[in-house]
Amino acid sequence: MKLFEYKAFELSDMLRDGKISSAELTKSVLDRIDEVEPKIDAYLTLCGESAMESAKQVDKKRMRGEELSRLAGIPIGVKDNISTKGIRTTCASRMLEGYIPVFNATVVDKLIKSDAVITGKLNMDEFAMGSSTETSYFKPTRNPFDTDCVPGGSSGGSAAAVASGEAVLALGSDTGGSIRQPASMCGVVGLKPTYGAVSRYGLVAFASSLDQIGPFGRCVKDVALLYDCISGYDRMDATSKNTQRVPCFDSLTGSARGLKIGIPEEYFAEGVEDSVKNAVMDSVARLRSEGAEVRKISLPSTKYALSAYYIIACAEASSNLARFDGVKYGYRCESPKSLIDMYERTRSEGFGREVKRRIILGTFVLSSGYFDAYYKKAKLLQERIRAEFDSALSEVDVIVTPTSPFEAFKLGDRISDPLAMYSSDICTVTVNIAGLPAVSVPCGYSGSGLPYGMQIIGRRFDEATLLNAALSHESLMGGFASPKL
Amino acid sequence: MINGYEVVVGLEVHAELSTATKIYCGCKNSFGLEVNTQVCPICLGMPGTLPKLNERVVDYAIKMGHALNCGINRICKQDRKNYFYPDLPKSYQISQADIPLCHDGYLDIILENGTKRIGIERIHIEEDAGKLLHSDRFDGSLVDFNRCGVPLIEIVSRPDLRSSEEARIYLETIRSILRYIDISDCKMQEGSIRCDVNVSVHKPGEPFGTRCEMKNINSFSAAVRGIDYEAKRQIALIESGGRVVQETRRWDDAKGESVSMRQKEDAQDYRYFPEPDLLTIVVSEDRVKELKDSLPELPNHKILRYIKDCGLSRKDAEVIVDVPEKAELFDGCLELGCKASRLAANWIIGDISRLMNEGRQISELGITPERLKKLVEYIQDGRISNASGKIVFDELVSSSGSQNSPDIDAIIEEKSLLQVSDQAALEELAARVLAENEKSVFDYKNGKTNALGYLVGQCMKASGGKANPGAVKEIVLKRLGEL
Repeated sequence: MKLFEYKAFELSDMLRDGKISSAELTKSVLDRIDEVEPKIDAYLTLCGESAMESAKQVDKKRMRGEELSRLAGIPIGVKDNISTKGIRTTCASRMLEGYIPVFNATVVDKLIKSDAVITGKLNMDEFAMGSSTETSYFKPTRNPFDTDCVPGGSSGGSAAAVASGEAVLALGSDTGGSIRQPASMCGVVGLKPTYGAVSRYGLVAFASSLDQIGPFGRCVKDVALLYDCISGYDRMDATSKNTQRVPCFDSLTGSARGLKIGIPEEYFAEGVEDSVKNAVMDSVARLRSEGAEVRKISLPSTKYALSAYYIIACAEASSNLARFDGVKYGYRCESPKSLIDMYERTRSEGFGREVKRRIILGTFVLSSGYFDAYYKKAKLLQERIRAEFDSALSEVDVIVTPTSPFEAFKLGDRISDPLAMYSSDICTVTVNIAGLPAVSVPCGYSGSGLPYGMQIIGRRFDEATLLNAALSHESLMGGFASPKL
Repeated sequence: MINGYEVVVGLEVHAELSTATKIYCGCKNSFGLEVNTQVCPICLGMPGTLPKLNERVVDYAIKMGHALNCGINRICKQDRKNYFYPDLPKSYQISQADIPLCHDGYLDIILENGTKRIGIERIHIEEDAGKLLHSDRFDGSLVDFNRCGVPLIEIVSRPDLRSSEEARIYLETIRSILRYIDISDCKMQEGSIRCDVNVSVHKPGEPFGTRCEMKNINSFSAAVRGIDYEAKRQIALIESGGRVVQETRRWDDAKGESVSMRQKEDAQDYRYFPEPDLLTIVVSEDRVKELKDSLPELPNHKILRYIKDCGLSRKDAEVIVDVPEKAELFDGCLELGCKASRLAANWIIGDISRLMNEGRQISELGITPERLKKLVEYIQDGRISNASGKIVFDELVSSSGSQNSPDIDAIIEEKSLLQVSDQAALEELAARVLAENEKSVFDYKNGKTNALGYLVGQCMKASGGKANPGAVKEIVLKRLGEL
């Protein structure tokens, strides 16, 4: 087994015990990138040199006997909508092609403080808008399990990098499923934390009230490890919460005994492929046999969730993306004739189709005369969906659903049909609307060898229970299976 | 009233708050520094940054709310006002839409014939934008972002003002209150207080006319000129058979005219929605009360008190109240039980104001409430003359700051300024002067009454200016009558 194939928690022990150095590990990951990146296209910016340099620094610290974090020396990739000081942060958009931030996102500062090794910036759908990583201005990323297929999105680069060994761990962001859906399609574990659990400072905003940064790993323990590092109150983010947190990694037991699992019928309805339903229900049956208690629940407002989601998310996006106007940074059109001409051409040329579609949609729903009919109604629905979840989660510990209604699809299959694309978020958007934490864990493979994902939804700020349920599933299911590349 | 039309004015005043730091970041809130030096990723709206509310801004706005008798929305939110302009780096301004921090108050302004109550619709908090710079030395425009994120309150009045003069008094009262409660520098030339004006005209008894909003008003006198111009324009339009259309106009103070910017149909749609990056503002009842209790006496109340309790004219009261240091000195005298408050006011309006106009501060003049009280009471009692009072005052001012600045009694002693009021001494003096000026006595007796002044003057001269002129006059008159 090569070093890049190990899990982060194993590597952490090996590094601590002096069995390997971070330089060796980082070299192994960089070599793997050289080998498979041409097939995968997970990275937008590679930081090979600085990664080797920080790996050597960590090794020196370790040699000096310094107390180091569990993530010290572990190569981690970062989604390209997370601000990295001095490293170009494009959001996979022409608009920010040459944009180099002057500050680090809080999560990046936390990685650096933990002596993690940042390998580079990962591909995504433009401004995180998309479910296949095909809306990236630069290139699509390919699914390591079948390079003709998409890796999901929008954090497709993060999921594909972790699945293919191009990073041990990765950070993504999730507004309506952008961590969980690609995790599901690439057969890895991805956690969307509770809204407010991880600082959004430095995450280029798509929909501020729904966005959350979260970890990708090849196993639940790895995700817990990275989550513990990045979570916590940040005074730079007014929406981050100052709650008492249990370190997840240390509290994992992997036991499902007494766990109360809710199965919402609405998530096993039309639109979800039977093979996916079966894979999820098989996993639930395994958990039941290990002592979990399973009951049916109902979340009746689910059918409105996708509409409410696209209204709220697009409304916020139309405002958040207004700052890209050609005045201060990023793309500016050639020789503008007037201020209006500069705005119009900069934004017409700098943004891709999907981004423009959502800006127009969001501008419309916020317009005078339409606000009450759309935005206000969507916010009311949000309240209702939230209340339904809270009520359900007072009866059960976790809720289990499919992550994506189908396995990874072929590149180009859905890109010209926005509604078909949006429908891949049908099981995940409710979680963002309700502000809850949810994890996607692999739960089987399709006939063609593409992974299925199961989503486990938990109570607010109770990532520990959530990840423990995920770990018990993982131990019953068997661990990560590397794709053949 | 102009040609039988009543002018109806409503004002939106924007005041920059003088907090140490900006509203959503830690940058210094200060004016006049080198362009683009008081900026950070947050106030520049760089991708990924988030605002963080400066709680002091909420406190300051609530204070103004109390000063204008407003209700306080202890629970309120902030909203995004979306529009594109190069001086607005996020392309939205964080402001407050449907739920302002303060609502439904009033302000009593003092007019020549009494007070008038002006309704206050709302006060809300928001962030300022940057400034565009233009120069002949380059093409296009440059942007200075220093002002981005400077905290503002917007104070919206109801359309209760009926003339440009009322508007001016309203604006001056607002400015005075902002200064008294110490939340704004109120420097119009630095743009720290700005206003938009809404004007309509109608015949009394008829419904309000269509209003026009005027922007780009950069001084109170420009507001007066703008309102007068706009009222006349609207009246002329109606008189000539035209119709006022609802529009936004831009005031050009140099040309003394306004030009249409956009009409109602082209009104911008700001697409307000709740700012998702910030939490709901929640202010405790205790805090609201604490802020109310922290307010000093407000200037408009002070003016009324000076008029009522001290018998000052409105104008005199305004001169004192206009500068908080003057009012502090005057109130200091009153608190010490000064028996010559009118005289104290005169000294403040006269000599003290003159020195302050020369750029000096009361604190460095050596004039304390105790000293002013003593000085004016000595003058009122006749212990020293008004002229001697001036000598004492000048001495106090010129020796202020020196180590042993003398007290008033010492100066009077040293310069022998004590006025002679001793009856016997004055009788003797008068007798001597009358004896020496027989011709004038004769003239007086023959009806030339102005000889009296000459005789009193001679007495004063003979006393070396120390005789109490009132007492001298009385004695001379008495003696003349006896002759």
